[in-house]
Amino acid sequence: MRVADVRARLERLGSGVTFHVLRLGFASRFLAHLVMHSGTALRRFRLTTAEIYFAGVLSLIIILVSGLFVGMVLALQGYETLQRFGASESLGVLVALSLVRELGPVVAGLLFASRAGSAITAEIGLMKATEQLSAMEMMAVDPIARVVAPRFWGGVLSMPLLAALFSAMGIFGGYLVGVQLIGVDPGAFWSQMQAAVDLRNDILNGVIKSVVFGVAVTWIAVFEGYDAPPTAEGVSRATTRTVVTSSLAILALDFVLTALMFTGGTHQ
Amino acid sequence: MNRSTIDLWVGVFVVAGIAGLLFLALKVGNLATFSNSQTYQVQAKFANIGGLKARAPVKSAGVVVGRVADIRFDNESYEAIVSINIDYNYQFPRDTTAKILTSGILGEQYLGLEAGGDGVMLKNGDRLRLTQSAVVLENLISQFLFNKAAEGKPEAKESAK
Repeated sequence: MRVADVRARLERLGSGVTFHVLRLGFASRFLAHLVMHSGTALRRFRLTTAEIYFAGVLSLIIILVSGLFVGMVLALQGYETLQRFGASESLGVLVALSLVRELGPVVAGLLFASRAGSAITAEIGLMKATEQLSAMEMMAVDPIARVVAPRFWGGVLSMPLLAALFSAMGIFGGYLVGVQLIGVDPGAFWSQMQAAVDLRNDILNGVIKSVVFGVAVTWIAVFEGYDAPPTAEGVSRATTRTVVTSSLAILALDFVLTALMFTGGTHQ
Repeated sequence: MNRSTIDLWVGVFVVAGIAGLLFLALKVGNLATFSNSQTYQVQAKFANIGGLKARAPVKSAGVVVGRVADIRFDNESYEAIVSINIDYNYQFPRDTTAKILTSGILGEQYLGLEAGGDGVMLKNGDRLRLTQSAVVLENLISQFLFNKAAEGKPEAKESAK
């Protein structure tokens, strides 16, 4: 009795692992196919433009407002701590470095995953459920090239711009609270920030992070949509999985990228 | 929605995104600092530069007048050679003193210039003769301890008498 129980559990564990490895392999093959058949999406750029509109332009409001508030909170919290050490002039450095290195790409990525990633999954999943993708195949149109690739590139191109706007808006929010409200010296705020933030080490690495997150989130979103069971329940589950998986992917990738970028010996 | 409206909004979005990146690069980063003003370069030798870094501010009477351009090690005199870019608007006499100072107790280190009384002004490529190295905390502490020990000895002898 006990032995059979253990055996059943082991079998379930094994089939679960096999299933996930299989799915990862399928997702990788899907990405390779997608990148190789991106010719249409890039040549008929109108297709991608429409997706940049849905993924990027319509996410602007939430990104800008969140960035403003994150920057304002950073300035308030940072000031509380810094003024204990008499270093309130370093507020600009704190706000700018936190945003450009970490919070900009990560929070913009999380918002992007829940705002745009979920929409992409639901849209592609519903297209599959209503057999629009099969209809395209019947007409000899590759649905990956026509439907999936424009959404992928739209998301990948939007994400770095959204992250940059998030950081810029956050620094503006920090300026509003730190300089206008609390009264930190504006000259020190900007000049200390400019002395501490490096173009290559901080800003470029932040942009690289946002590009990586953009690829990860949109890849997960289009794959979950394409792989969703063609039922109402299947689409809703796939949408949930997109948000959960891409949030975890962003945080895990962020750790790996930070370890690679900011622990090198060359940083002064 | 109309196609051209979508294109317009996407264009606005891309322009805004690039403007955000430029803002980060120019206003937040240090790409544009002192790049648009004319400078002249002078050099100074220091026995110890402490924590001075390239692009640290050069101040005179507390006002930023230039930036540290480059720090090298001189293999002949075993000293540090610091190159300083000073704004052309600020002319200094030839016997100006350069000191490495710290802003606050834990603050960054910067280079302080103290003007001398010479009538001849510094030119591009000149060398500052009078310099004062950074204060190294460990040396300061050991000096203090040696002084204390030296003070303590005669007292100890007196009390032994």
